[in-house]
Amino acid sequence: MGQVIHIFKKEFMAYFVSPIAYIVISIFLLITGWFFFTTFFLNNQANLRNFFALLPIIFSFVVPAITMRLFSEELNVGSYETLLTMPVTLRDVVAGKFLAALAFVITMLVPTVSYPITVSFLGRLDWGPVAGGYIGAILLGAAFCSIGLFASSLTRNQIIAFIIAVAICFVLTLIDKMLFFLPRSLLGFFEYLGADFHFENISKGIIDSRDILYFLSVSFIGLYAAHLARQENN
Amino acid sequence: MIHIEDLSKYYHSLCAVDHITLDIHKGEILAILGPNGAGKTTTLRMLTGFLRPTTGSIRVKNYTIDEHPLEIKRLLGYLPESAPLYHEMLVYDYLDFVANIRQLNGDKKLARIRHLAKLCDLHSVMHRPISELSKGFKQRVGLAHAMMDDPEILILDEPTSGLDPNQIIEIRNIIQEIGKEKTVIVSTHILSEAEATCDRVVIINRGKIVADSSTEMLKQSTDGEYLVNLSVLNADLETARSEFLCLLGVVDVTQMRGTNKEEQEGIIHLRLTCRSPEDLRGAIYQKIKATDWILLELCQETKSLENIFRELTKGEG
Repeated sequence: MGQVIHIFKKEFMAYFVSPIAYIVISIFLLITGWFFFTTFFLNNQANLRNFFALLPIIFSFVVPAITMRLFSEELNVGSYETLLTMPVTLRDVVAGKFLAALAFVITMLVPTVSYPITVSFLGRLDWGPVAGGYIGAILLGAAFCSIGLFASSLTRNQIIAFIIAVAICFVLTLIDKMLFFLPRSLLGFFEYLGADFHFENISKGIIDSRDILYFLSVSFIGLYAAHLARQENN
Repeated sequence: MIHIEDLSKYYHSLCAVDHITLDIHKGEILAILGPNGAGKTTTLRMLTGFLRPTTGSIRVKNYTIDEHPLEIKRLLGYLPESAPLYHEMLVYDYLDFVANIRQLNGDKKLARIRHLAKLCDLHSVMHRPISELSKGFKQRVGLAHAMMDDPEILILDEPTSGLDPNQIIEIRNIIQEIGKEKTVIVSTHILSEAEATCDRVVIINRGKIVADSSTEMLKQSTDGEYLVNLSVLNADLETARSEFLCLLGVVDVTQMRGTNKEEQEGIIHLRLTCRSPEDLRGAIYQKIKATDWILLELCQETKSLENIFRELTKGEG
């Protein structure tokens, strides 16, 4: 466990020594702020539904940008070898990197708390769905981080890692919008696969164990796949 | 200390390391020599647990690499080829990170970092990003990284490649200093380095061990063959060749190229391959004395590691 913390710290700090962190955070805040507040006054409702509705699609671009370097950069530079020949297990490395990416996603969400605060001045805001939305956002972030980590473990090229992760996250986000192509019998199954479907539930303030289980299992599968992919390569 | 048995590694159908068996004893400085692509790095990577062997076993002390990889990693300090480190980190932060991973803390950690900074002469770069360092400094940071936990076994993959002569000597001194108490394994393709620093040399070619003995032994094991280099003035090449070949024990005479100026002046350089238990230099001198040639230079060349290396690693293309 100690090793996980050291790797987590190192990876988390690494985000902030390069300008990438600040660029990603700024872009994220600009996009969410712009899309949210341009329609906010038209709706004339004091809630954050539009903000949370946007999150899955924005996350499926932003989170891969955060995770793409985790393994790819190390594989490219060769520091992966230096790291793994120190007394750490691959499991420590995967867990440390995943937690660092997740912590970064949470850091990125922190400034957006100013949105509900602003809204609460303009009208009577129901804080329940907001809290649900943030819990959902963290779960969604975890799932996408693990997918991004897996993509990054496959290749030493960060751009390829980014594209693979975006593709997977994008499919998971949009799958429940594409269901009209499918026969009725498969509907339930594919609907259940969609990240957006589960996220919508939570962001309404309904915290259902099935939705939580979905995000946790996607995270676990992603991490396990990353572990497997790295192990197989040796 | 380290026992490698029947170790091999295949990359798909390509065989990188071919059933190697090797024992490394405590306190040895061992050089693994070999041409590029011989399997040196692959062997070291398997030894450090980074690559899984296709067949065979590695035992370090009483641990095997399959069952106790962590314990073995704790005993090892490893510097991969060209010291791949985290570029964005400061040298101090990096060493601090390594110390944390190696579970050093508090005063012990600080003392150790301070000691290594002194040993590897890192004081001037302690607060600079690794990406800004010159190759020599990177290599030294890598060395400090490998020695962080005062490991019993130090494995260095081409530690002096790309360094300038002064830095090479510094790194060699450090290796010899550590080698007094620890087991050091150095891979290199620079022969003089192995000759200068190591007790024992293992030569690998195409994944197989082709020679394994002490540096001294290796030099002697050349069945009484040696070379004599000559420079003479006024001699004619053909007569000189036939004259020397008359001598018992001289098996071959070849001309070595000199500079253009020397050729104009009529100086020729010859290399005589001698196979004789006796020293033939006296006889050669007598031969020259009997002619009107002027002897400018005569010296015997013991077979260097370089020749041995070339002999052992040439062949089937």
